[in-house]
Amino acid sequence: MAGAAPQGASAGSDIYRGNGPRLLLPVWLWVGIFLVAPVLIMAVYSVLTKEFRGGVIWDFTLAAYDQFFLDRGLFGDEPPRIEWTYIGIFWRSIWQAGLATVLCLLIGFPTAWFIATRPARVRSVWLFLITIPYWVNLLIRTVSMKFLIRDTGPLNEFLLWAGIIDTPLALVNTNFAVQLGLFYSYLPFMVLPIYAAVERYDFSLSEAAADLYADSWTTLRLIILPVVKPGIVAGCILVFVPSLGAFLAPELLGGAKTFMIGSLIEEQFKGAAGNWPFGAAASMILLSIVMAVLLLHARAQTKGDRT
Amino acid sequence: MLDVAQAVEIDSVVKRYGTVTALHGVSMAIAEGEFFTLLGPSGCGKTTLLRCIAGFEQVSGGAIRLHGEDIAPLPPHKRMVNTVFQNYALFPHMTVLDNVTFGLLRRGWGTRDAEARGREVLRLVQLSEFAQRRPGQLSGGQQQRVALARALAPRPKVLLLDEPLSALDLKLRQAVRSELKSIQRETGIAFVFVTHDQEEALTMSDRIAVMSAGHVQQVGPPREIYEAPQTRFVADFIGETNLIDVTVTQVSGAVARLQLPGGAAMDCPAAPGARPGPGHLSVRPERLSLCAAGQGDLAAVMQDHVYLGTDTQLLMRLADGARLVVRQQAGSGTVPDPGAALGLRIEAGAARLLAD
Amino acid sequence: MTDLRHFTGFRPLTVLCLFILYAPLVIVAVYSFNESTSITRWGGFSLKWYVDVFTGPEAPKFRDAAINSFTIAIGAATCATLIATAAAVAMTRAGRFRGKLASLALINLPLMVPEIVTAVASLVFFITIGLTTGLLTIFLAHVVFCIPFAYLPISARMQSVPDVYEQAAMDLYATPWEAFRLILLPLMAPGILSGFLLAFIISLDDFLITNFVKGAGVETLPTAIFGSVKQGIKPNIMAISTLLLGVSVVCVTLSWLIGRAGQKR
Repeated sequence: MAGAAPQGASAGSDIYRGNGPRLLLPVWLWVGIFLVAPVLIMAVYSVLTKEFRGGVIWDFTLAAYDQFFLDRGLFGDEPPRIEWTYIGIFWRSIWQAGLATVLCLLIGFPTAWFIATRPARVRSVWLFLITIPYWVNLLIRTVSMKFLIRDTGPLNEFLLWAGIIDTPLALVNTNFAVQLGLFYSYLPFMVLPIYAAVERYDFSLSEAAADLYADSWTTLRLIILPVVKPGIVAGCILVFVPSLGAFLAPELLGGAKTFMIGSLIEEQFKGAAGNWPFGAAASMILLSIVMAVLLLHARAQTKGDRT
Repeated sequence: MLDVAQAVEIDSVVKRYGTVTALHGVSMAIAEGEFFTLLGPSGCGKTTLLRCIAGFEQVSGGAIRLHGEDIAPLPPHKRMVNTVFQNYALFPHMTVLDNVTFGLLRRGWGTRDAEARGREVLRLVQLSEFAQRRPGQLSGGQQQRVALARALAPRPKVLLLDEPLSALDLKLRQAVRSELKSIQRETGIAFVFVTHDQEEALTMSDRIAVMSAGHVQQVGPPREIYEAPQTRFVADFIGETNLIDVTVTQVSGAVARLQLPGGAAMDCPAAPGARPGPGHLSVRPERLSLCAAGQGDLAAVMQDHVYLGTDTQLLMRLADGARLVVRQQAGSGTVPDPGAALGLRIEAGAARLLAD
Repeated sequence: MTDLRHFTGFRPLTVLCLFILYAPLVIVAVYSFNESTSITRWGGFSLKWYVDVFTGPEAPKFRDAAINSFTIAIGAATCATLIATAAAVAMTRAGRFRGKLASLALINLPLMVPEIVTAVASLVFFITIGLTTGLLTIFLAHVVFCIPFAYLPISARMQSVPDVYEQAAMDLYATPWEAFRLILLPLMAPGILSGFLLAFIISLDDFLITNFVKGAGVETLPTAIFGSVKQGIKPNIMAISTLLLGVSVVCVTLSWLIGRAGQKR
């Protein structure tokens, strides 16, 4: 340990020791004031009374949560039943995000594997090609996708011209279009962590499995997948979480039937129909779901580290 | 030694990392103008001690005095001590001259004076024509000399060298040794040199401190370290030795009377701290010689031999099962057959009773 | 001999993956050069929609939006880069201290909170503290989510620069600040530049949060495009999109090349 210190050991370097808190002050202040404090205020908003034409009145009430979960009839005088409208929207969002995640995994894993097994020199080029679209404006990407799959868009034109279909495929405003949009938005998030895991994979394990009579698909199932699982789980979370609260893909590629959480919340803050406390409450519920997923993952990870 | 000024005094220095103790109260004094070596296996604490002197590690206890002033509380940049790093740590984005003048400029020298001094030091290490190169364009040996020049330029009170030759290949290392030694003499600056290579330590040093597991085992000139080791660790680490279990019957001053395995009694020099009772005798393989069975100091049985060119190693076994190695110079006598019973004679004054 | 790394079908899937990623962008870029006013029929090559972007009836709107977008992106990226650099020094070179783990979580928090939640929270926050929404609020909100993107390449680069160089500098009488300024900063300049470029693109791209905190009358390019797209995709939007796409690709490529060159040194 005495000899270990001088070389490199930068992660544990302490040459500016004692300055840590001072150097972190800006990030604490900025993120604290402009993210943590706003989320706390939003939590307060969710228990305030709504004002018509947007905004809030500073009176404490649980009306927003009540409205989310319970149906008390048109005039609010009936015995409460469970209100399925918003729970349904949340459920559909989770379902859509889940399917988009599966889609990303099905395409992302082979892609990550393929890239990670290229020679080192071309690997970074492949990786770069995969990441470029991520850095292109999400709005532009979503609009482009809509342009492509529109009823009279290039995709349908091509399929008609090739004689594969007789009538244009009605893709826009379907669940599939939304999933495609989410897939398109967050695919790199799936590829990168899996790529990192595969790159670290020790291929002598595959050799050992082959030596013990496993064919390649058995090796994939019994050896490779369990070993790179942390990368897969990380990728799934990185795709699922932003998909859940996505706004642009469902808004531009979906329709009324594919209404998701993002649009529900956005609607509450636009125009006269807005209900700020309700939007804040829906945001809190979404945030809780996301934090629960992240905490579960973090706990599973620390447990995994211990074994 | 008394009237020589001390450049560095290490006074009961303790260094702990959490629950692990790397230095257990280490003390030593390094004289002005001395080439002083910290020698030991990796993990013995020699590099930690060097980094404590440089200021990269804070001591957990004790004092480090530079010309009498305690520098232990000072940050590295306030210590008049410079280091030659193991992999040189030459600033890759600066020219050789900028590297060499870096310390001078931080010390407040004027640009022109710093440049003059920088060129002077580069001349000393024979790299004048490389002043405008980048470190990446130099060979390993040249980089090593730039690192030396950079550390010498501010005329530090002590120069610390952290295994500076370990990155060089064998041939170059041997050439650099004498060069380093002559530069040290020329500048008159005390060098504290860390190495795990005993040959390096023995050939270059004025004095050596052998360290093990955070303790100083022995401090002394190379000849003393080799010929009069005090502890089992030193005897074993420096060169090759035979450790023979003996019974010490009496210690008077620096001489001990002891009983060898097989019963023969002998007198021999004893390390300070040797006590009556069971003890260890160190005898170098080249100072044992063969004689007829029943004669000499020890009775042994020939086991095997290893031919090494300049000499031959004879592997022996004593009656109690202990193994011994005897070195026989090429051309001096024949190799006994395995199983032959022999006598072994210890050269007069060559055995030494160890302290532990 | 069979290659254990090879699985049949993975290469075509990778190609399909790239095709899905690039096809929409390529199609839009191609159609932005369409002579025809109809977006469905190809009427020959023309630059008329690019001319329209700069001189057409909507040109002033797009020019103002572009100025806003770039001003905010440069400001937010600069600010986020400074904050992220300081944080990276603390996380990679200040040893252990209390609250280090919590700080890492805080740096990455903007990535974990769903964007729509951040958008809503920012809006109610600015209204509560009485800050008029506009360019300033967009800037303040953008810095938050730019920080983790700037932090990533900066801390990665800092970890790859061994601290012996700074130790050597301090050994040669440099104060910690001098060691940082004269040694670490130049050595990790590529990382900082990468971080800045990524933060810049992320700010330039943001739609959702901007849409919430921009207030009335202030537009950035994404909000202007979104407003326009709601009434249908027009050819001039495709031209603007292609231009913006070009800016992103250039920035990312630069960032990538800089990172690569830095590694080689």
